[in-house]
Amino acid sequence: MPSINRRHFIQTAAGLSIGFTLFGCFPQQEKTVAGTAPTPSTLPPRNIPDGSQIDAWLQILEDGSIRVLTGKMELGQGLTVAMQQVAGEELNTPPEKIQIVLADTGLTQNEGYTAGSRAMERSAMQVRRAAAAAKAMLVSLAAEQWELSTDQIQVQDGQVIRLDKNEKISFRELLADRQIEGTIPEDLVLKPKEDYEWVGQPIPHPDMEKIVRGEALYVQDLRFPEMIHARVLKPKVYGAKLTSWPEETQQMPGVVKVVQNGSFLGVLAEEEFQAIQALKTLGEGSEWETSRPLPKVESWADYMEEAGGPSGLNTNKATHAAVYAKPYTMHGSIGPSCAIARYEEGQLHIWSHTQGVYPLRSSISDLTGLAEENIRISGVRGSGCYGHNGADDVAADAALLAMAYPGQHIRLQWQRENEHQWEPYGSAMRMELSASLTGDGKISSWDYHLWSDGHSTRPRGNAGNLVSARYLEEAFEFNPGSRVGGGTRNSEPYYDIPGARIQDHYVKGPLRVSALRSLGAYANIFAIESFIEELSEKAGKDPLDFRIEHSSDERSVAVLQKLKELTQNEPSTEGEGIGFGFSRYKNTASYCAVAAKLRVDLSAKKITPIKMWAVIDAGETINTDGLKNQTEGGMIQAASWTLKEEVKFEAEQVISKDWAGYPILRHDAIPETEVHIINRPELPPLGGGEAAQGPAAAAVANAVYAACGKRVRELPVEAHVF
Amino acid sequence: MQSTKSTTQLTVNGKKNSIDHHPEEPLLYVLRNQLGINGPKYGCGLGQCGACMVLVDGQPALSCIVPAGSASGKEITTLAGLQNKDGSLHPVQQAFLEEQAAQCGYCTNGMIISSVALLNQNPQPSDAEIRQGLQTNLCRCGTQSRVIRAVKKVGKEI
Ligand code: FES
Ligand code: FES
Repeated sequence: MPSINRRHFIQTAAGLSIGFTLFGCFPQQEKTVAGTAPTPSTLPPRNIPDGSQIDAWLQILEDGSIRVLTGKMELGQGLTVAMQQVAGEELNTPPEKIQIVLADTGLTQNEGYTAGSRAMERSAMQVRRAAAAAKAMLVSLAAEQWELSTDQIQVQDGQVIRLDKNEKISFRELLADRQIEGTIPEDLVLKPKEDYEWVGQPIPHPDMEKIVRGEALYVQDLRFPEMIHARVLKPKVYGAKLTSWPEETQQMPGVVKVVQNGSFLGVLAEEEFQAIQALKTLGEGSEWETSRPLPKVESWADYMEEAGGPSGLNTNKATHAAVYAKPYTMHGSIGPSCAIARYEEGQLHIWSHTQGVYPLRSSISDLTGLAEENIRISGVRGSGCYGHNGADDVAADAALLAMAYPGQHIRLQWQRENEHQWEPYGSAMRMELSASLTGDGKISSWDYHLWSDGHSTRPRGNAGNLVSARYLEEAFEFNPGSRVGGGTRNSEPYYDIPGARIQDHYVKGPLRVSALRSLGAYANIFAIESFIEELSEKAGKDPLDFRIEHSSDERSVAVLQKLKELTQNEPSTEGEGIGFGFSRYKNTASYCAVAAKLRVDLSAKKITPIKMWAVIDAGETINTDGLKNQTEGGMIQAASWTLKEEVKFEAEQVISKDWAGYPILRHDAIPETEVHIINRPELPPLGGGEAAQGPAAAAVANAVYAACGKRVRELPVEAHVF
Repeated sequence: MQSTKSTTQLTVNGKKNSIDHHPEEPLLYVLRNQLGINGPKYGCGLGQCGACMVLVDGQPALSCIVPAGSASGKEITTLAGLQNKDGSLHPVQQAFLEEQAAQCGYCTNGMIISSVALLNQNPQPSDAEIRQGLQTNLCRCGTQSRVIRAVKKVGKEI
């Protein structure tokens, strides 16, 4: 690691202190089976500089190439390409030449969770500044060497150029075995936005070619020599206790160990299919005691009101009042969660697709009793997660197994039913609305009540938030809290409404819950925007005009106007309808207006989405195609949630165990999509990955009403409309 | 318990392999773990999602439920085997790349395999035929409208 006597400082004309460290601090990568490892995840750890330092975020490698280290994760949301773009832009280097290292407690900053669409706002802006600082240093160094003023020098494509002679020197030659370090100056000059070449463009994602070629990319694809395969037998239902398991499992072919700790049961085998066979034997022969049956729920609207108490609203004088509800919904990742763990000589290394390597590390420390510095979590891509799915839990399971079988890499992938039954769901919610209109169609009063369980039980140092920890011999306590938390997201309408009153009611629901893409915003916007369309009808107004008349924020008006323009000449025939939805996500982030066109066939009991449009203003757009992809995907996912999805359970277990028990949209019902971006390069980037969820939900429900005259206020639509 | 294994000759992407495996072992685990092939993915193990798809004699097959032994003597093509000998992409891979028709990409293997099988049979499929051809394949990121665009693009070019 860098030591003081190997440092070399130079002073620039601007008084900026910059330093360099000699190379020699990159030991060998960990070995994986040939051709199967996504590389950065096997880099050795380093002493991580403070976040104020350039090399916390960016390194120029010995060969002159540029490496960016982000504390955030690639979830399929396009983080990697956005990081390449902002760094490449400041260094005048094509984005594809920038290597990106994802969150890793051995390498990167602690940037908490990759969630809430905040990676652009924060991490990418730090990387932008670090890149600009690195460029300034390279220029200063060249100025000193050539005895020129800095304005005679430019950085271009991994090279430094002197403009007077058009001579070039590579980063490698210029740095001559030194590495850039130093504090990122406060008064940094960033590249003027009007000179941007790559930021704001639809730059392709660097992983896309690997994806279409089927090359190793995911944590599921990591293979280490002599790796052991594991499976876990999950309890039958929450709170169940394991009373016995078939001991003959230990003699099955390939089985190296069965690990039991309280009601946590796992099996390790030489081959994956042997582990699966052993799991089957364990499942058939084990016995469980269940104590807390799950309740019978007919209607989430009724259940939540009963559990959380009535609103007490007097709706006699209101122009309109209505109640909405949503059931529990799943993240439903296509790839079940997976992790690889290795424990040896007191050191634990986990490869995981968690959204937060540092919070996971502190939680695993709590779980295992190992000090944090003896645990390393390396982030590797997994299947899309859309929030807190089984990623952290499977990492904890793998850690428990690895510690029971030290010295080898243990690969654990959850079975499909583990993910479906044990992931933390998005909470069921109830929303009640009441409002009055003036004679000229303006909203004059607004009351909103919502009922919900919490929206984050992410592990932040408490082992109890990792589900298996609650089933150990010495079980960890889980404190679910008693707050609606993120359930209130977007509960305030983003319209000009005088004296709007909002109140939330906490309900401890029957199922495990945590953060699902957009948290409570999905249900709140579904309710508010359905209600707005109902009110616009009472006021005799066009639904988009009605929204515009209640909006004084120009950016709201701009997305609504554009959506109107895109859809006003769209024909719809008998049985078809168009509906709308709008919100400003979190009331502080991206503006998004969505329209949905669909066909309802009541006799065939079939709803066919035809097309969805979105207009989005996410401030400065780093990657226009990335934002479109996220918005298209958000609309399709939200249409699926809204039309079809509901976690079903019986007293003894969650019965939505697989895709037959939890259907999601298939290709016969996928709408065409069209996304229009209002780019505002002069404003900060807001992140757009979650902005479409709520507006799309309302647009779908409103379109169903427009198509068949049935107002569906309880989700999923298909369970209630026919 | 004794480990009883079967031996199967598998031809994968033109290469012959002799594989020892459990008699009931699905093709998926053999491809991934014994041959180090990463395209086919474990998604459900139940034939419901398409993440594990490969081509067997040109037909799309769900490798999570097809026993490895049943593929003996047949030509198995995986995603990695679609590209041309010089490494250039198959037109469907190329179209997915151009349309950036993935997010997390976990489902993309199955999407491309289904599309290739469809286009081999029906080089200019209608919108409804494309949807029918991809009906087995689930995507949770919501990239299906891009996938359909990519397939249409290839259909037009043929
Ligand atoms: S993994 Fe084979 S169909 Fe889902
Ligand atoms: S791209 Fe993520 S599941 Fe399809």
